[in-house]
Amino acid sequence: MTIAAVEAVDIGKAYGGVAALTKASFTASAGEVHALVGENGAGKSTLIKIMGGRVRPDTGEIRIGGQAVSLAGPQAAHQLGAWTVFQELTLLPWMTVAENLLLRQEPRAFGLIDRKATLRDADALLARFGVMHIDPRALVEDISLAERQTVEIVRAVSHAPKILFLDEPTSSLVEREVEWLFGQIRRLREQGCCIVFTSHRWAEIRSIADRITIFRGGQDVGTFTDIDEDEAVRLMTGRRVEALYPAMSPAPDDAPVMMEARALSGPNLRQVSFALRRGEVLGVGGLAGHGHRELFRTVFGDAHASGGTLSVQGKEKRFRSPRAAIASGIALVPEDRKSEGLLLRMSVRDNASLAILKRLTRFGILKPQEERRAAQHVVDSLRVRTAGIGLAVGALSGGNQQKVLLGRWLETECQILLLYDVTRGVDVATKHEIYELVVALARDGHAILFYSSDAEELAHLCHRVLVMREGVVAAELRAPGVTAEDIVSAAVRDHRAA
Amino acid sequence: MPLPETILAASGPRRSRLSHALTQNIGLALVVALLIACVILYCVLYIVTQHRLPGGFELTSTLNNTMPLAFAALAQTLVVLTRGIDLSVGGVIDLTNAVAALTLMGGPVSTTLWTIAILGIGALCGLLNGVLVAIGRLQPILVTLSTLSIFQGIAIRILPQPGGAMPPGFTGVLANPNVPLSLIYIPIIGILWAIFRRTPLGVAVFAIGNDAMAASSHGISVKRTTILAYMLGGVASACAGLFLAANATAGDATTGDTYTLTSIVAAVLGGVSLFGGRGSGLGALFGAFVTVMVVNILFFAHIDPLYQTFYEGLFLLAAVIAANVIGQIVRRRR
Repeated sequence: MTIAAVEAVDIGKAYGGVAALTKASFTASAGEVHALVGENGAGKSTLIKIMGGRVRPDTGEIRIGGQAVSLAGPQAAHQLGAWTVFQELTLLPWMTVAENLLLRQEPRAFGLIDRKATLRDADALLARFGVMHIDPRALVEDISLAERQTVEIVRAVSHAPKILFLDEPTSSLVEREVEWLFGQIRRLREQGCCIVFTSHRWAEIRSIADRITIFRGGQDVGTFTDIDEDEAVRLMTGRRVEALYPAMSPAPDDAPVMMEARALSGPNLRQVSFALRRGEVLGVGGLAGHGHRELFRTVFGDAHASGGTLSVQGKEKRFRSPRAAIASGIALVPEDRKSEGLLLRMSVRDNASLAILKRLTRFGILKPQEERRAAQHVVDSLRVRTAGIGLAVGALSGGNQQKVLLGRWLETECQILLLYDVTRGVDVATKHEIYELVVALARDGHAILFYSSDAEELAHLCHRVLVMREGVVAAELRAPGVTAEDIVSAAVRDHRAA
Repeated sequence: MPLPETILAASGPRRSRLSHALTQNIGLALVVALLIACVILYCVLYIVTQHRLPGGFELTSTLNNTMPLAFAALAQTLVVLTRGIDLSVGGVIDLTNAVAALTLMGGPVSTTLWTIAILGIGALCGLLNGVLVAIGRLQPILVTLSTLSIFQGIAIRILPQPGGAMPPGFTGVLANPNVPLSLIYIPIIGILWAIFRRTPLGVAVFAIGNDAMAASSHGISVKRTTILAYMLGGVASACAGLFLAANATAGDATTGDTYTLTSIVAAVLGGVSLFGGRGSGLGALFGAFVTVMVVNILFFAHIDPLYQTFYEGLFLLAAVIAANVIGQIVRRRR
């Protein structure tokens, strides 16, 4: 019996009353690649943060090399040979790649940091790991997201870790870069390193992982060496996939076009055209960083197109600001509720009524009763679980926060909804409710542009899916019969060919 | 030999060293350009009004007038780099200037020892700020606004009336009225900055200004670094107080008050980002020169001193807008 390289035993962790992990356990041994899979919000990232020393668990124990450890910080984990690439990268943006790679171990000359040698060593390090295209002199801020991810991986691997934790390391990488990463992982495995990683891409998990532990709702539900995807999904979601998604409304092919883009171009956006009809859910998919964000920002007036036209209900529009887009009946629900949508310290009432303040005022003074009524309407119609409308939005769970944000825009009686990865970090039950809401909204005649990083979601909810790659619409897939695999393969097709 | 599949890319196009140096130090390049423009404008105005070229006297007095601000700007920069702000710079200058007036009157040995002691007072002031910010977890702006008033109060208590008489040797070294000796402080500040930038502390100051959380996950102590940055800032403010005393040959417990704001102005002109993590002490030094030159220019342009601040404000706004626009153009051309 070999001693496990790393072990998590009954880890529990709650954030402000919301449990992220309840009783999470798993074991990984030396020379093994171990995948942690589960839905967003299943607790994988929290577990990685705990094992990497970033977050302290409330209960349970982490054992490294058979010894129970109490990690005071990432530094403590480093001393035990455990290095982590967190999902939120930890590079310093306004410092160079070289300074980042050799932070705290810069070569010295006469007691001072030798900048020339730092550059030289960084260059050698990048060469050793086969990533010579990254310039050590460049500021981190100026390199692409994939390059940053690569640098972060090189930094962790350069310490010859005994245990390597990678949280969603491939989310911003394209095929070739994923192959490179897997090459590094195989090399480390041969050297007896224990690699624990999370991923949402089933094909990748199958190709590299020796064992898979599945998480659901903050708990592990089993460890497998061989499991097919359907079974894994069933374990992850706790229900059959079909039951998670409501039935789609019929495709509204004859309905009037609510919004039409013709050859929209801009930063990371090239010649994007589409027509969005009343009652339609038009999906947008593809890998991160391939222009969805820019598309949504442009359509919402938050970024300016350099070419092409956008028309709303037949009239050509040039939105100079989100305010102008909102006035045309467009609403955006962003992925990052915390920084882009909600005022966390303000009440549910304030947040719910923010977009319709004009309607709720008389002579510029807010009518409190009307405001309460509007907020209560949001809470009731969307089944927001809150102790009251006076409660700060920050105290609600992620899914309920998302509902408040959705409700805010529904109160404006907008016609066109832009939903940008709205189910990210939301638990499965709330996801289900959001799906039902999306379908109901489409039935009611809303036109919905729906981006999701989850291909499964797109396949089950959308009438059509535009798959974006490098700022271009690479494929248009039409339901029924679209699968998540179709979407993913359309998103990566070119990189496979390369 | 690495496996073939472990090579992602053999090499790629790289920009030249110069191109990197320029775009990464665009703030420094801009402030140098601004300073050259100011010097030229100043010379033209001087020739038009005085019918001769500015000479050694003008150079000496400009240098002596700038050094206190240069150190104040350096103090501000050290703190701003950590994503903080030090409003107590003026108070530390008041306090150290007042102590200088009371103590600097003996021979060279006593003067040297007291000078060191005064630098220590600056460090203590910075320590107080740093501890309140880093360990007390209070907002830098609140902490230093409070300590500004406290330091000002102590200064006025110990030196109610302007007074004292600086020993000639002290004045001769720090603010020699006859020869532009202060020129040597420019390379000295430059060298000290270059050294600071190459120490672990220097790297740590920049790192926590970039992203305190990321820095700490690589073993950098945010608390220790913050406290040391405020302490070094306090020492630099004390230097400003000493140079000011030397230039005025006496002490005044209110002389530093204006430096709180002008130190921020000089740092910003020098390309130091108020969001932390970006900028350089060298930039702040040049920023101080620009700030003083603008006052000189306004003087020779016969602007009523009453309206001086009005024009200074206009200039600052124009400079910041121009720097922003040029910076964005350079970034976009990448």
